[in-house]
Amino acid sequence: SPFLLPQTLVTSAGPFLLLSWISSISALYFHIGETEKKCFIEEIPDETMVIGKYRTQLWDKQSGSFLPATPGLGMHVEIKDPDTKIILSRQYGSDGRFTFTSHTPGEHQICLHSNSTKMALFAGGKLRVHLDIQVGEHTNNYPEIAAKDKLTELQLRVRQLLDQVEQIQKEQNYQRYREERFRMTSESTNQRVLWWSITQTLILIITGIWQMKHLKSFFEAKKLV
Amino acid sequence: VMMFGSLRVLLQVLWAQLLCGWVLGSELTFELPDNAKQCFYEDITVGTKCTLEFQVVTGGHYDVDCRLEDPDGTTLYKEMKKQYDSFTFTAAKNGTYKFCFSNEFSTFTHKTVYFDFQVGDDPPLFPNENRVTALTQMESACVSIHEALKSVIDYQTHFRLREAQGRSRAEDLNTRVAFWSIGEALILLVVSISQVVLLRSFFSDKKTTMTRVGS
Repeated sequence: SPFLLPQTLVTSAGPFLLLSWISSISALYFHIGETEKKCFIEEIPDETMVIGKYRTQLWDKQSGSFLPATPGLGMHVEIKDPDTKIILSRQYGSDGRFTFTSHTPGEHQICLHSNSTKMALFAGGKLRVHLDIQVGEHTNNYPEIAAKDKLTELQLRVRQLLDQVEQIQKEQNYQRYREERFRMTSESTNQRVLWWSITQTLILIITGIWQMKHLKSFFEAKKLV
Repeated sequence: VMMFGSLRVLLQVLWAQLLCGWVLGSELTFELPDNAKQCFYEDITVGTKCTLEFQVVTGGHYDVDCRLEDPDGTTLYKEMKKQYDSFTFTAAKNGTYKFCFSNEFSTFTHKTVYFDFQVGDDPPLFPNENRVTALTQMESACVSIHEALKSVIDYQTHFRLREAQGRSRAEDLNTRVAFWSIGEALILLVVSISQVVLLRSFFSDKKTTMTRVGS
């Protein structure tokens, strides 16, 4: 009957929604100090999307456990591209979601540090940060894509395979670019070693000749030779 | 009425899905300063198959200590000064599992460590569908291709990390060669000039003593 529906809705949807929200960003967690800055490196090819989600909890001495979602507790997220240029520098709340797309291939650095407005809360406590970073094809939400483009199961699977293969291709391209850099570095080292050995030999010979000449003229002047 | 019924079924399936264990796969690369220890925690339900893989990307001798503990503190995995390893286990207890990377044996080298902690299986593509029939041939082919591609991506990652290692060593070598060649040229010049100066000073002293003796 229609009157029972709100009840079933609340009893089944409520905990589900709560747990799904929690478990969706309740992945790995670690502890961070007050002014500590934690950085993570993501080496990615270009045009790759990265989605990061975090959730913070604060240690409460009274209850002896971690309290969820403390208001006034913010995290500052700073993302640098391979040329150490800042592409994202924003303050988020106690729970946040940040996303960026790389435009140059290489090592991107994602740094998090807490920027609490109420430092007193921190006294003797550590902050627990749940973090989940998804890269490339892992950022795709397949159920959403299926609903939006109205795909059958087989079409969705194929779409997933296409995304995976695209990621592999991008990575291979990036691999080629990295190998080129590596080769250039090796060749530069090779050149430097070559020039160094030639220069060193020349310096040695020249100083040897100079030494002998100088000493000879010195001893002749001293009338020892 | 039909709509309410199917909505309820949907919610029940989603709820059941939640209880079965969601995807929890984390792949991170972080910097471990010298004399530091970094720990990560994860809540795992009993019976879940988990894999921890780690690799040291840059720094020193490319080794790190790794330790994995279960909720009661029992050490499930402990290795010292390991460069790369992979450890699979099935969770025997419910609770928070902890794994730590330690660089406490190193005095001045920072290490960059990559780890991949997979918990359970991937989420199904269609969470809002109660699968009653078996997969068709096409679908199972898609599943096997998906698994094969996942391992390709995994190998690519490890290859990229090894290449990063090699490249960082090569770049180090390059700068060291540059400094060394300039430094050694300077040392050569300084040494040869000071040798001559020193030799000259020996003979100057002898001359004065000789004249004194003579007179």
